[in-house]
Order: sequence, then structure tokens, then C-alpha cells
Amino acid sequence: MKWLAAFALILGSTMVYADGNKLSVPANPKWKEECGSCHIAYPPQLLTGDNWQRLMGGLDKHFGANATLNPGDNQEILDFLQRHAGRGGRNSASSLRISDTPWFTREHREVSNNTWSDPAVKSRSNCTACHVNAERGDWSERGIRIPGGQRGEGQGERHERGGERDDD
Amino acid sequence: MMTAGKICIALMVLAGANSAFAETPASIVSGYAAEAAKATPGFAPSAKRGQSFFTREWGVSREMPNCTACHGRNLKVDGKHVITGKRISPFAPAANPERFTSSAKVEKWFKRNCNEVAGRECTAAEKADFIQFVIQGEQS
Repeated sequence: MKWLAAFALILGSTMVYADGNKLSVPANPKWKEECGSCHIAYPPQLLTGDNWQRLMGGLDKHFGANATLNPGDNQEILDFLQRHAGRGGRNSASSLRISDTPWFTREHREVSNNTWSDPAVKSRSNCTACHVNAERGDWSERGIRIPGGQRGEGQGERHERGGERDDD
Repeated sequence: MMTAGKICIALMVLAGANSAFAETPASIVSGYAAEAAKATPGFAPSAKRGQSFFTREWGVSREMPNCTACHGRNLKVDGKHVITGKRISPFAPAANPERFTSSAKVEKWFKRNCNEVAGRECTAAEKADFIQFVIQGEQS
């Protein structure tokens, strides 16, 4: 019985993981404000605590921009990120780019090069180009609109899932 | 030892200070103008100078050679971050009432963006001129 419960737990957590919609976190106003100005405030789950620590320790050279915060804000945001951080290699990238993590690559495997280079997308950091409601924390598949009209893209997964509802 | 009465007074002073600091674009311009006047007696903010500042080609950053690279030329519509593609809310207070209502926020962004685009911090005079331009809108 215990074994079964453990199995169910693992299965459950895998499902949560596989479902890209479960990226909601308790909002932290400072995180939202400071990390959400030049790009959307990326969900803490998408990098490991160790990655976040390195990233927040190098904001003076933040992917080509100086995004330095005052030490108090930096610490508060780092604490928040680490509290909700992802775990394991799938959420880790030595470049500290979320788009280089195995998780990101897998989730976006159906996105074509044409879409990535579309002027409306331009950068993998531009989540809202396709996840139109991501700023409100909605990453559901039904909220995906691929620019350039390639509507078939990214919907195969929904197909595989059959009748599974995306919004929960 | 602080008595309850004293705490109460302290709280009232704090609350008063808070409301005294309710900021507007005009009050933020005045602050920068006062600072600029220390270096340049008789300084008066100029929307025209602010506009030239906004459209000036600095040529320091390849991707962000000028303010308009991200903010666009029209103050009343959204801009777009040139690297990440993120929407940037408009400058014009009429289109975006939150603009220029916190001097701490204004100062933070001048510091960050001036260093990025101009390769140096902006002067109080430049800041006053620019916000004056935003308030008055496009100059012919």
C-alpha cells in the first residue's frame, strides 16, 4: 500500500512537471517589478536555486545589460527565487539561460526555426510572443498563439493529451 | 522609553510625510530643475531640449543607439524592448498615468538607461528637460 502511494506520488509529480501550465507562484511584488521590466518575470521554477544564486550575483553583467539592484532588493528576490526554484539537471543551464535548460528545449521541440526567427518573436526570452497571457501567469497551451500563422505548431502535444483540460 | 503617545505622533508624522511626497511629473521636473539650477543659475526646463535629447543618436550601444530604439518615437503608444521584445508602457502621462509618479523609480531608470544608451549618467538638466518634453508632448 505504501509502495502504491509512493508510486502515485511520483506519477503525480511527474504529471505536474510535464504540464507546462503549473508555473504559478505566490506573487512577490519586488520580483515582479524588478525582474519583469525588460522581460517578463520568469517563473522561479525554471532554474535551480544554484543557478539563481549565480545569476543574481552577476546582475552587473546580465546578458549584456547592467541590471544591478540595491543589495536589500537583490537578497529579497534571491530568497524568493530560491524558495520556489526548480530542481535537477532539467532546470539547470551553465549559461544561466532558461532557454538552454533541457526542460525548455524539450517543451519547445516542436517550434520551428522559422518561428524563432520571426520578427514578432526574435528572441527566446520573448515568452509573450506566443504565450500571450504569460504576464498574467497563464502558460496554458490554449493561450499559445504562434506568430506567422503556423497554427499547427505546438498543438501536437495537446493532441497527444486528448481531452485533458489545460486550465486548472 | 517611547510612550504610546510618542509612537502615535511619530506615526502621524510618517503618514504626513508620505502624503507630502505624493509625486507628479511636474513635481519631479521641479526637483531636477532645482538641482540643475545649482550648476546653472536661472535654469528652466525646456521641452524642446528634452525632445532633442530623446531623439539624439548616442551611438554608444550597438543595439540601443538612442532612446527610441526601445521606447519608439510616439510618446503615446507602447514601446518594445529591442532585445527581449517586451512591451514597454507609454511615456505620456495621458496614456499611462503611472509614469513619473515616483522619483525613486524615475531615478532608477535614468541611471540604468543613461548608462546603457549614453554611456554615462544623465545630468539633472537633461532629466528635467526630458520629463518636461513628455508632459508637453511633441514640439514642432
